[in-house]
Amino acid sequence: MKQRLKELWHQLGSPRWFYQISGRWPVWLLALGLILIAAGWVWGLAYAPPDYQQGNSFRIMYVHVPASMLAQSCYILLGVAGAVLLIWRMKLADMVVAVAAPIGVGFVALSLVTGVLWGKPTWLQASDRWWVWDARTTSMLVLLFLYFGIIALRQAIARPESAGRACAVLAVVGLINIPIIKYSVDWWLTLHQPASFTLTEKPAMPAEMWLPLLVSALGFYVFFAGAMTVALRTEILRREQRTQWVRDLAGVLTR
Amino acid sequence: MSFDSFQAFLEMGGHGAYVWWSYAAGLGVLGYNLFRPLRARRRVLDALRRSAAQILREER
Amino acid sequence: MTGALDQFGGQLRRDLLVAFRSPGELMNPLMFYLMAVALFPLGLGPAPDTLREVAPGILWSLALLSTLLSLDGLFRRDFEDGTLELFVLKVEPLFLGVVAKVVAHWLVTGLPLTLLAPVVGLMLFVPGDAIGVLIASLLLGTPVLSLIGAIGAGLTVGLRRGGLLLTLIILPLYVPVLILGAGAITAVMDGVEAHGQLLWLAAMLAAALTLAPFGAALALRVGMEQ
Repeated sequence: MKQRLKELWHQLGSPRWFYQISGRWPVWLLALGLILIAAGWVWGLAYAPPDYQQGNSFRIMYVHVPASMLAQSCYILLGVAGAVLLIWRMKLADMVVAVAAPIGVGFVALSLVTGVLWGKPTWLQASDRWWVWDARTTSMLVLLFLYFGIIALRQAIARPESAGRACAVLAVVGLINIPIIKYSVDWWLTLHQPASFTLTEKPAMPAEMWLPLLVSALGFYVFFAGAMTVALRTEILRREQRTQWVRDLAGVLTR
Repeated sequence: MSFDSFQAFLEMGGHGAYVWWSYAAGLGVLGYNLFRPLRARRRVLDALRRSAAQILREER
Repeated sequence: MTGALDQFGGQLRRDLLVAFRSPGELMNPLMFYLMAVALFPLGLGPAPDTLREVAPGILWSLALLSTLLSLDGLFRRDFEDGTLELFVLKVEPLFLGVVAKVVAHWLVTGLPLTLLAPVVGLMLFVPGDAIGVLIASLLLGTPVLSLIGAIGAGLTVGLRRGGLLLTLIILPLYVPVLILGAGAITAVMDGVEAHGQLLWLAAMLAAALTLAPFGAALALRVGMEQ
């Protein structure tokens, strides 16, 4: 068992191996992800009962919550892949760091936008405000800035190898900082309590409400895995285009 | 169904615009993340094909 | 061990000497701080109550920005004249050398800024009993800023226009320091003790002092590759 795991770890170091085994993955992952999302959304939009306090605006949850979860998970993935790259210099981790940030930043933005759209009719309907500086929105905003930093750093460095390592350092430092940021933002909020607006969800949700959420969140993750696989495979071809196996592959494609 | 009519479904009890714009944004991000990697892949494959075709020509 | 300490002292002395050789540059972050603070009364109006209320946030936000502006030069001058390459190759352990450089940098930027802040604070009508906490929070917080910022300075050292990029990548990491630093002053102005915030800042300083030098040394190695 241990031997097998060790083998797998070494194989993961080879982009070629990953390219060869992952050929059919994107189709399945993307299709399954989209089916799950569609099911979760239709279920949540049309069949879940309205919330007794929020009415129908709570249905935004089926976009907002999966996007927020995925945005945070994607940053964790960045940090972990960054650490793997720095410790073992694994090529595949380098590529994960390269392709995950642009995908993750979209979900952070989606989380913020849907958060605003959810908050306006639900907690802010009486005021002319669109934004609340609450703990979760603020942490998400800082997360967006962390993504911005990684993307800007990558664009500024020309050589892909050094860009990868620089982004890896930044991602690891950011990942270590995330709990501190979360804690300090929570603490900041208890100091400047905005009194009337506390965006706490009710603890107990009926199953007809959280089951669609589970399905759509699962769908988001599977879709993300699919998009990541496509992006990774592309990155592998781009980085390895001078190697014989990619040239052979290109030759096959031409004929 | 938790709605009586299609009209009620669209209106979402007065919150229709917020709900539907959220889902549109969600579709937008999903669509973008579907489109962008596939476009990048097509571009890299095109470039590879071109260089491979050139090598084949030179060999002849 | 004494060798490493000697090296540390030597590096510190050298960096301070270099810094004092161009006193004009030393003044730049301080002048920036003063000018930027003066923008707020001009923009918000001179009403003492308004200014007093926003003073902790202004004083601390601008401390972040002026630290970042000065941090761009932490490794850059040495990079440009080639001594940085020697520094990375020769200094063993590298993280101790980085600490020496950060301490030198803090002594010529963070410390003067901390000393200037009370004066600037009075201009924003920070009450006298909050000035002590203002100084204490900056004394504990600005070294954290220098230490974390050194990571960004290392990563961007090889880039021709690293300044704005450094700000972009490091600013989000400064959020906790800003919250705690400004929070300490606000607490005292509201008549509450600020021990908690200051203790947290001290804890962050300890954490940054133990972790950030390794990060900065690694970042410097990565930044030099470019």
